[in-house]
Amino acid sequence: MSGRIFLLGDDIDTDQLAPGQYMRGGIEAIAAHCLEAARPDFAPSVQPGDIVVAGRNFGAGSSREQAAEALRHLQVAGVVALSFAGIFYRNAVNLGLPVLIAPSIDGVLDGDLATLDADGGVLQLTVKGIALPLDPMPENLRAIIQAGGLVPYLKKRFATDDKGPSQ
Amino acid sequence: MRQTLAQKIIARAAGRDHVTPGDVVTARVDLAMIHDSGGPRRVAPILQDLGVGLWDKDKIVLVADHFVPGDTEEGAAILAMTRDWARRTGVRFHDGLGICHVVLPESGQLRPGMFAVGGDSHSPTGGAMGAFMFGIGATEMAGVLATGEIWVKVPETILVEWTGRLGDGLMAKDIMLALCGRLGMDGGKYQAVEYTGEAIRALSMQERMTLSNMAAELGGQTGLVAPDDVTAAFLRSVGGSVPDLSDLHSDEGASVLEHHIFDATTLAPQVAAPHSPANAMPADAAGKTTISVAYVGACTGAKYEDLQAAARILKGRKLAAGVDLLVAPSSKRDQDRAEADGIMSIFEAVGAKILPNACGICAGYGTYRLGADVTCISSTARNFKGRMGEASSQVWLGSPLTVAAAAVAGHIIDPREMLA
Repeated sequence: MSGRIFLLGDDIDTDQLAPGQYMRGGIEAIAAHCLEAARPDFAPSVQPGDIVVAGRNFGAGSSREQAAEALRHLQVAGVVALSFAGIFYRNAVNLGLPVLIAPSIDGVLDGDLATLDADGGVLQLTVKGIALPLDPMPENLRAIIQAGGLVPYLKKRFATDDKGPSQ
Repeated sequence: MRQTLAQKIIARAAGRDHVTPGDVVTARVDLAMIHDSGGPRRVAPILQDLGVGLWDKDKIVLVADHFVPGDTEEGAAILAMTRDWARRTGVRFHDGLGICHVVLPESGQLRPGMFAVGGDSHSPTGGAMGAFMFGIGATEMAGVLATGEIWVKVPETILVEWTGRLGDGLMAKDIMLALCGRLGMDGGKYQAVEYTGEAIRALSMQERMTLSNMAAELGGQTGLVAPDDVTAAFLRSVGGSVPDLSDLHSDEGASVLEHHIFDATTLAPQVAAPHSPANAMPADAAGKTTISVAYVGACTGAKYEDLQAAARILKGRKLAAGVDLLVAPSSKRDQDRAEADGIMSIFEAVGAKILPNACGICAGYGTYRLGADVTCISSTARNFKGRMGEASSQVWLGSPLTVAAAAVAGHIIDPREMLA
C-alpha cells in the first residue's frame, strides 16, 4: 500500500503526539489531536498507509505510550526517522508500530508518495523512483511487531508455553 | 574486568558476572513504580486480557500524582479507579503524598544498586540514589508486572564530570540546562549518563535528584550518581536500610562512550527559551524577557530545597506588578518541612498561589493550564510547545532561584543580582 509522506523535523515530542489535555480521554480523542501544535493538518488529513518521516530524536519526552498508539490508531504505515528517543522506540514496538532508522532522509519531501517495506528495510519513493535504505530492525523486535504488538505476542507465547508466563 | 556502575547493576539483575555494552539481556526487576496515568487504567486491562496476575505486589509501588486533585470529571474517575485497584491488589500505594519521583525516594523503598523501572519518563530520578532506574510505557510495564522481568540492551556510559564547586546562586538545574544546551536533547543517546566530579559530590541528595531527573531531557536511559555518604545519610533519614556501597561505582579505567568535563566554577545561571530545554543560555542573555507567570513546581523543581531557594529570593520582597507566582510543592513531606521552617509563609506573604502536591501544570493533564500568549518562567524540566497550556503560551525554564528572581523583577534576570 502506498501512502503520502508527512515530513517532520527534529525532536518531535510526545506532548505533540499525545497532547496532555486530552490524556484523560481515550485514544480516539488523543489521536484526533495528534501533532496538532506542529502540524494542524496531520490528524484531519492523514490516511491509512501514510508514512511519517522525521529528523533526529523522534518521540522525545514522556513515556506515555499513547504517543505511539495515536499513530497506530490513525493507521500510519510506520515512522522513519534519523533517530528515536529510547522510550518511544520501545513503546512503538510494544504497540506494533513499525519504527525504522534511516541513515539519511535527504531527498524526501513532504507529500511524496511512498511505500514502506518494514521487513525489507526500504522506503520506496514511488513517483521519484528512489529506494531509501533503512537500518534493519533487530529480529526479536520485528517478531513483536509482526504479532501486532507485545500483548498479542505474549498471548501467543503463553498459549504455546505450558510453563505459563515467564520469559 | 573493569565495569561501569550501570554494567554492575545490570549484570547482577541479569544473574551474570559481567555484561558488555550492546548485550541484550533479560533482567529481574527489583522495584516497579507506576502512577495514576500510565498505571492501573492502562495495565489492568492488559493483565486481564492476558489472564495473569501480579508477579510480586510488594515490589510494586503506585503513586497518584498526574490526575490529582481530580479536578476534571474524567480525572476524578481515573483516580477512583486507581484507588480501587490499589485496594484490590494490595500494592504499596502513596495517595495524596506528592509526585512519584520524589515520593519514592522519600519512602525509603528505593535503594542503591537496585534495578528498577518506572512508568514515567522522569524515572531516571532514581539514579540519584545509585539505582539503575528508567522509564517505560504502560504495555511494557504490564509485562513487568506479570513477569518481574524486562529486556534491556546494556548501555554504554557517558561520563559527565563537573570540576570545582558551583558558586552561590547556582543550582543543579543550571548544570542540567547547560548540559541540554551543550549536548542536545539526544546527547544522552539512550545510554547511561553518569555524573561525577567534585561539584556533583558536593551536591545534596535533592540536588542530585534534579540532575538524574533531567537525564530524561538529555535523552539518557538513566542518570546515575554513584552512592556515597550523602546517599547513605539520606537513606537513613527516610528510614531505609543502607546496603553495602563499596562496589557501587564505576571502576577506574572502565570503558566509557564519552567523557565530558565541565568547569562548575564558571557556570552562570541558565534559562532555556521556548520550546526546548536545549535552548539554554545564561539568564542575563535572555534580553530581560517580560513574564507574567512564575511556576515553582514538579518533581524537577519544587522539592524542599527548591522551595527554600525560591524563598531565599522572595523573603522581604514583593512580586512585580502583574506577575502570578504559583507554587506546587513536589511532596507533602517537603511542604510540611517548608511549613515548619517558615518557607511556606514567605510564599504566602508575597501572595503566591499554593497548588496541590501533584504534577499540576507541568503535566498539563488537569484544569490548571497556561492561557493563550502567556509568558511563563518555570522550574520544571520541559517547555515543549503546548505542554503546559495553549500552543501560543511561551515557557522559559530556570532554577527555582531564577524563577523567583523573575517573579520579583517581572522579567528574566540573573538571580545573583538579588543575592548580593
